[in-house]
Amino acid sequence: MNASTFNEVILEAKNVSKFFGTITALKDANLSLRPGEVLGVVGDNGAGKSTLMKVLSGLYNPSEGSIYFEGKEVFFSSPRDSQDLGIEMVYQDLSLAENLPIGDNIFLGREPTRSFGPIKFLDHKKRKQFTEEHLAKLKINVKSADQKVEELSGGQRQAVAIARATAFDAKIVIMDEPTAALAVKEVGMVLDLIIGLKNLGVGVIVISHRMDDIFSVSDRVMALFQGANFAESLLKETSRDEVVGWIMGKKI
Amino acid sequence: MKLLGGSWVKKYNSMEHKEESLFVKSIPYLDKYGILILIAIMLLVLHLLQPEVFFSWRNITNIFKQISWQAMLALGVFMVIVTAGIDLSVGSILMLSLMALAISSKAGLPWQIVILVAPAVGLVCGMINGLGITILRMPHPFIMTLGTLYIFRGVGNLISGGVPIGGFADQIRAIGNGKIKLEWLYGEGAAQYIPSSLILIIIIYFIFWVFLNQTRIGKWIYAIGGNPQAARTAGINVNRILVIVYALCGFLSGIGALILAGRTGSAYPNAGLQSELDAIAAVIIGGASFFGGRGTVLGVFAGVFIMGLLRNGLNLMNVSVFWQQVLIGSIIILAVYIDVLRRQFGTRR
Repeated sequence: MNASTFNEVILEAKNVSKFFGTITALKDANLSLRPGEVLGVVGDNGAGKSTLMKVLSGLYNPSEGSIYFEGKEVFFSSPRDSQDLGIEMVYQDLSLAENLPIGDNIFLGREPTRSFGPIKFLDHKKRKQFTEEHLAKLKINVKSADQKVEELSGGQRQAVAIARATAFDAKIVIMDEPTAALAVKEVGMVLDLIIGLKNLGVGVIVISHRMDDIFSVSDRVMALFQGANFAESLLKETSRDEVVGWIMGKKI
Repeated sequence: MKLLGGSWVKKYNSMEHKEESLFVKSIPYLDKYGILILIAIMLLVLHLLQPEVFFSWRNITNIFKQISWQAMLALGVFMVIVTAGIDLSVGSILMLSLMALAISSKAGLPWQIVILVAPAVGLVCGMINGLGITILRMPHPFIMTLGTLYIFRGVGNLISGGVPIGGFADQIRAIGNGKIKLEWLYGEGAAQYIPSSLILIIIIYFIFWVFLNQTRIGKWIYAIGGNPQAARTAGINVNRILVIVYALCGFLSGIGALILAGRTGSAYPNAGLQSELDAIAAVIIGGASFFGGRGTVLGVFAGVFIMGLLRNGLNLMNVSVFWQQVLIGSIIILAVYIDVLRRQFGTRR
C-alpha cells in the first residue's frame, strides 16, 4: 500500500483530552484517518481507546481539543451529529435494544416515516424491506428481520450491530473490539467485512486486543498508553513484538 | 454495497429444536393471550355466580364508569414503566388537578376554560417530575415522584384549604357522567346507554396506541426501556423523551381528574389516594414488564378491566373489601411470575 492511496485526511483529532471528574481518561491525544484506510488502535485496558472513539462518535464531548472532518472543525452534541456526517460506530457492548426486532435496531433514531398531514408515521413496510435487503447484502443469516435481538446468538448480535453501522452509506466506521465475543469462524467474517469496507473507500478504525486482527487488516497501527499517544507506525514498518511492547508501555 | 464473501449462518435451528416441555412451549402463548383467557374465565365465573345481575346493561356500564378515571392513570404509568421508570405521584397529580379545576370553577371562569385547567395542571406536574428526574439527575424516578407525591397533594390541600369543593357546570360533569342514550336502538324511553367516559377511554387509548406503535417517539420510548445506552448511541435525546413521557403521564392524570369531577361532582382532599398503586398494579397485571421495554396498550386496558371486574364481582357477592385486597395482591404476584418465566425461557443469555 503506497502512501499516495491515502491523500486527504477525512477525520482528525487534535490534542483531545477527556476528564471524568478528577480522572484523566485522555490527555492530548491525536488521531488521523484517510478514506480507504484501516487504522488499528491498540493499548492496555484503561489506555483511553474507547474514550477516544466515543469522542469521535459524538457520545462524549471532549474536555479539551478539537475534531476536524474533511478539514473543517466539527462539534458533536450527540451521536446523531456524527452520524449525519457519515461517522458510524460499533460499540463494544453493541448498544442494541434487546427488546426490539432487528430492523428496529438497525433504524433506531433514523426510522423511515410516511407523512400523513403534519404527522409522521413509521413506515413499517419500508423498514422491513430495507432491513431484509441490507442483511442479505451482508450475508447475515437470521430467521426474519422481525426477530427480536434478545433471541439472537452473540455472533448474530454482533452482525446486527455492524449492519446498523453500515446501513447508511458510512464514510467512517469505528469498531470497538468487534471480534472479542466471537467464534473463530465469525472473526473471519468480521475481518472480511472490514476489508470490504476499505475497498469501498470507507475509513475504518478498529480497536482490538487480538494482534491477529490488527496485523491482518490494518494499514497503520497506533498505540495509546495511559491516555496519551505512545507510538504509531505503518503496519509494514513494525512487528508484532514491537506493537505488543507498545501496549505494555515499552519502546525498543 | 458488496461486502462479504462468507456467511453468518449460525447453528441456530439445531439449538432451537431441543426437546422442550409442553409447559415451556406454551409460555409465549400464555404471555400473549393469557390475559384474554383470564378475562374470559372471570366473566364466565361472575356470570354463573350472579346470573341475574352481572351481565345486565346497568352493571357492565357501571364497571366501565368505575374504571374510567383509573384507566387514565394506568395508561400514563404504563408509558413511564415502559421506559423502566415509575411514577408514584399520579394520585396526587389527580387530586391537585381536581382541586385546581374546582377552584377555577368556583371562581366563575367559563366552562370552556375550566375544562382545560385539570389537563394543563396535570401536564405541568408531569413536566416537573420529568425535569426533576433528568436535570436534577435523581438516582431513580422513584425518589423524584415519591417527593412530588407529597408535594402535589400538599399543594392541593393548601389551595383548597383541605375541604371539599363542589358545584361544577353541567358541561364539565358531562365528561365523566354523561350518557349516550340508545333509544334509537332499543326504542323510545329505553334505559340502555353508553357512558361518555367509556367513549373517552376508547378515544384516548386509541390515540396513545398510535403514538406508541406508529411514531418514532413511541419506538424510542420502548428502546429507552430496553437499553437506554442503545438509544443514546443512536442519537436519541433520552432526557427529552423522558420529560415528554412524564409530562404525558401527568396530562393523563389530569384527564382522570376531569372524569372524576364528573362522576363525583366535587373535589375532595382524599381524591386519588393510593390510586398510584392501583395504576401500577393494573399495568403489571396487564403484562408490562417492570424492567421496562415491554407491554402493550391493550394489555393495560385488560389490566384495568380485570381490577374493575374483580372489585365489581366481589362487591356483588358481598365479599369484604379485605378479600379484594388479598386477591388483587395475589394476581399481581402471579402476573409477575409469568413475566419471570417468560424472561427465563424466552431469551438467550
